[in-house]
Amino acid sequence: MKKIIANREIDVNEEGYLLEFSQWDREISECIAGECDVVMTEKHWEVVEYLQEKHHKEEPLSIRGIKKSGVINIKEFYALFPGGPLKKSTLIAGIPKPKSCI
Amino acid sequence: MGTKVKKMLFILSKATIENAYAAFVMANGARMEGIESEIFFTFFGLEVIQKKKLEHLHVATVGNPGMHIPTMLGGLPGVEAFATKMMKKEMEKLDMPPIGEFLEILSDSGCKLWGCKLAVDMFHLKEEDLIDELDGILTIGDFYSRADQEGTQLLFI
Repeated sequence: MKKIIANREIDVNEEGYLLEFSQWDREISECIAGECDVVMTEKHWEVVEYLQEKHHKEEPLSIRGIKKSGVINIKEFYALFPGGPLKKSTLIAGIPKPKSCI
Repeated sequence: MGTKVKKMLFILSKATIENAYAAFVMANGARMEGIESEIFFTFFGLEVIQKKKLEHLHVATVGNPGMHIPTMLGGLPGVEAFATKMMKKEMEKLDMPPIGEFLEILSDSGCKLWGCKLAVDMFHLKEEDLIDELDGILTIGDFYSRADQEGTQLLFI
């Protein structure tokens, strides 16, 4: 389906996750973050870049991976993206929602 | 989008590795969905939060039909240890953290971890026997009072 984000027509799934990463940029990211009540800071961008890098390398994302990432610890991660951190951060990063149970 | 479940309370009463992981995966899964979660460790569940014991939990090979091992064989020396080793190997493949690391992850994720007062007294445990991440020792009444909002669910494992 299509969704208007930052005055542009973007392809998303039913949960709002981007279908085409090529449509992603920081402006799109900030709009999605706004809908999640997240205000992007340098630390947020750092996490988003880490997640995108992992995704492009086709490495699965998990909370354990966040712990080992060296970018952020779990406490900070929950503080930056309250109410479901991996779900929200991947939504903002324009990558698919992780399928893992852990 | 709102979710109907707001808080998950778990009571872990067993020391088998499969039960510990069931509680941990569900408690962590709740936090990952923005749902509050807490675990109350009682009776043999206390093994899971004892510093000296938590990395030595076993899978039950006796009285566990899901293992498809005849009960008599399941009781032979070494069978339980072997089955546990195999299971840990499979879990590592799925990137499941070991018990100690999982407890750290849960604590960092904001999942509250409680010891049961009655069981702690019964097994003569001291605070220093238990993991540093423990949030405290409660009576069951105290734990029920943690169910302080609509949409709270309590699960006994």
